[in-house]
Amino acid sequence: MLKLHDVTKEFRVGAFGGRRVAAVKGVTFEVVPGEVVSLIGESGSGKSTIGRMILGLNPVTSGSITFDGLPVKPGKEYYRRVQGIFQDPFSSFNPVFKADRVFAMIKETYHASVPAPQWAERVEAALRDVRLNPGQVLGKYPHQLSGGQLQRLLIARALLLDIKLLVADEITSMLDASTRIDVLNLLAELKARGLSVLYITHDLSLGNYLAERTVVLRKGGVVEMGPTGSVFGDPLHPYTRELLSAVPRLHEPWDDAVPVETCLYHRKGGSGGLYEATPGHFVACARLETC
Amino acid sequence: MSLQVSELKVYYRTLKGDVRALDGMTFGLRDGEILGLVGESGCGKSTLGKSLIRMDGRMRHVGGTVVLDGRELPIGDDRAMNEVRFREVSLIPQYAMSALNPTRKLRRMITELLRSRGATPDLEELERRMSQVGLPREVLDRYPIELSGGMKQRMVMVISTLLDPSLLIADEVTSALDVSTQKAVARALLGFRESGYVKSMIFVTHDLALTHHIADTIMVMYAGKLAEKAPADVIVKAPRHPYTKLLLDSLPEVGVRYADRRLEGIAGSPPSLLNPPTGCRFRDRCPIAGEQCAEEPPVAELAPDHHVACWKA
Amino acid sequence: MTTLQEVAPREPAGVRREALYFAVRNGKLMAGFGIVLVLLLLGLLGPVLFGGAPNEYGPKPMTPPSAEHWFGTTTFGQDVFLQFVHGLRSTFAVGVIGGGIAAVIGMVVGFVAGYRGGIVDEILNMLTNVILVIPTLAVLLIINAYLGIRSVAVQGLFIGLTQWPWAARAIRAQTFSLRTREFVDLARMSGAGTGRIIAKEIAPNMSSYLFMTFILLFGGAVLIASSLDFIGLGPTEGVSLGLMLQNANQWSALQLGLWWWFVPPGAAITAIVGALYVANVGLDEVFNPKLRET
Repeated sequence: MLKLHDVTKEFRVGAFGGRRVAAVKGVTFEVVPGEVVSLIGESGSGKSTIGRMILGLNPVTSGSITFDGLPVKPGKEYYRRVQGIFQDPFSSFNPVFKADRVFAMIKETYHASVPAPQWAERVEAALRDVRLNPGQVLGKYPHQLSGGQLQRLLIARALLLDIKLLVADEITSMLDASTRIDVLNLLAELKARGLSVLYITHDLSLGNYLAERTVVLRKGGVVEMGPTGSVFGDPLHPYTRELLSAVPRLHEPWDDAVPVETCLYHRKGGSGGLYEATPGHFVACARLETC
Repeated sequence: MSLQVSELKVYYRTLKGDVRALDGMTFGLRDGEILGLVGESGCGKSTLGKSLIRMDGRMRHVGGTVVLDGRELPIGDDRAMNEVRFREVSLIPQYAMSALNPTRKLRRMITELLRSRGATPDLEELERRMSQVGLPREVLDRYPIELSGGMKQRMVMVISTLLDPSLLIADEVTSALDVSTQKAVARALLGFRESGYVKSMIFVTHDLALTHHIADTIMVMYAGKLAEKAPADVIVKAPRHPYTKLLLDSLPEVGVRYADRRLEGIAGSPPSLLNPPTGCRFRDRCPIAGEQCAEEPPVAELAPDHHVACWKA
Repeated sequence: MTTLQEVAPREPAGVRREALYFAVRNGKLMAGFGIVLVLLLLGLLGPVLFGGAPNEYGPKPMTPPSAEHWFGTTTFGQDVFLQFVHGLRSTFAVGVIGGGIAAVIGMVVGFVAGYRGGIVDEILNMLTNVILVIPTLAVLLIINAYLGIRSVAVQGLFIGLTQWPWAARAIRAQTFSLRTREFVDLARMSGAGTGRIIAKEIAPNMSSYLFMTFILLFGGAVLIASSLDFIGLGPTEGVSLGLMLQNANQWSALQLGLWWWFVPPGAAITAIVGALYVANVGLDEVFNPKLRET
């Protein structure tokens, strides 16, 4: 459904855009229908840039992103099927308007012919789908609602369109632990509706909770990807191991990453791209000294 | 006891009335103890941290006392606190980026800072402490902008503990950092205690799992009050307060999958502290709340060092 | 947080109606607009109601305010009140035309440069800076002298064409910071185009700022017009508040104690600009829902 092929993004920086900095380097992966994929990376890994390129908010420098075989073309038709939600709920709403205006905007563009009472019913149904009480959130300004309520409003907004893919960029990182998990559960429920979710996060435990497949990014490139169970259960790349060992766990002490003795990739004599270690589990060259 | 806080009340002045951000907190901190302070946003944990070192203009000390090493801190008096700050109580702010003056090289900035506190800069000691947190001495001749986020955070840590304060307050120091840097910063904090640069520490965070790795004791706050305080392992393995239990249950961990075990959040949201409800403040969200909870539960020591404010615990 | 439920109308036209609801209940806004409206009506209706030529010399020079001459007379026996109402009219005209043109150009350039960024921004920014460093008054002098412009409208036009750059810069900077906010991305993902995003997402966030810009441009236009009037490049046949002030100054009204000559025009200029400023503060409270509650 969504395919990224050798996607690269360069930003121009400095005076007159003289210098170029690559934020994303040759990223290739795929999201199939009804799948939750988590894109994991630390700051500067290019994960948000990838999300924005998929949403057509930033153009691709080279490579291609296709959705159902067609290149990303920002516009009414594309956004009917692909939507995004971002990190800061308070910045996602225009502070001078009421929060429910996000629904009115959708109606204007996509459902102009739906009569008002029927539309109101649909909105309320969508709100109930995201466990919001319509009476508590409609007619309020963004600053009168909590971060969790605002993020749910945005999920409801996406539900009012017939979307196939939701790009969720760090949507829980500004929420409290007690409400964060409920928003994550909602994302997981979208899957039951046949939707795909690209969940972008820096938090490995959240990515692990939700996703079937995991893509680990480092400095703009993919270092490891595969089924979540095998990426987290049997990490092959030293970077993935380091990340995993740094995650604080409740019942286990912090330990140092198990070093990687053999570089799988080089042993097989490949070059460039990713090596398929086990079916579906890809890993980049570990750049060991002995390679 | 290095620090003894009794019945501390700090309110925020707003146009609509007082927000009771801290409403009668009592706890103690032993020499060499690291206290992890956790809770949701708006529970008063940052207010507590700020109250112990510097109240901002909207904060008002309403009641209660703070005694550090046998001496009462004049927390409501900004001027009088100046003597104590940095020497007795020090703070690592959340945003190291804005804590460093961008127009000064670090060496000059640190020298000026120490002079303003009437202390003679000991460069050797400074460099020794920097190397302990993995910062090369060359860093001193750089501008703050040339440092990465983690380096800046560690630099600020070294600076704020240079005068060996008795109490160090670390306010959300790791929340803006990546997991790998977070680990390094957390270990550096532990190292500070080992080396005796700080006697005791309050580590304010929203991340329960991280606190568990650093703190000896964890204090859970809810709506301006103490909910539960116990040794870190006890909080994690045998919590007594329903809020702590629910909070722990809502934490996803590596290995927990939605498909296998569905976690639940805590329904509802914390009460407004403008006019907080009477009785137990967690009552509305509590699954086991009963009639008794209409009365405010006292903080009881259920086991040695295990304090809980709940009728049902 | 207190709720605003009692004032939340559920109709679709809610936003506009609600702004009006708060507008009529805002003292600052009403007072500010009230003063401007009174002066504007005086300028519009005064010349019609009180006939006569404002610059005509009269028989009684230098008389203090009386029943016959409400604001007294000048050294030449001209009726100050008559000059005042005529002057108000042309002052409002030059302010509205000059300030309006400058505001429109400034907004278009500022919004487009700030929102599009990149090469569009660089070109527009260069243009803005070029106009900004041109000595405006000198150019106005040359143009006025060379073309011999003598009407209030053309004077306003020239003022408008030269005064927009700083407004453009300020609006560009504001737009720049707003366009990175995620609600702009969300509007794009709701199928809104550039024009609609600027008009319906970005501009409402700075409505009071835009109004402030207009007020300052309006005041600036009034002041520049009076400077031009002073050196004889204003509308020769007309009269304006600036012209009155300069005349009073020229004929030593202050030294001669003819306070009624310069106080009304000076007070009127101050009152117009000041009242608009107060209204602007009120407008901020109307448009920013967060400020309403406090």
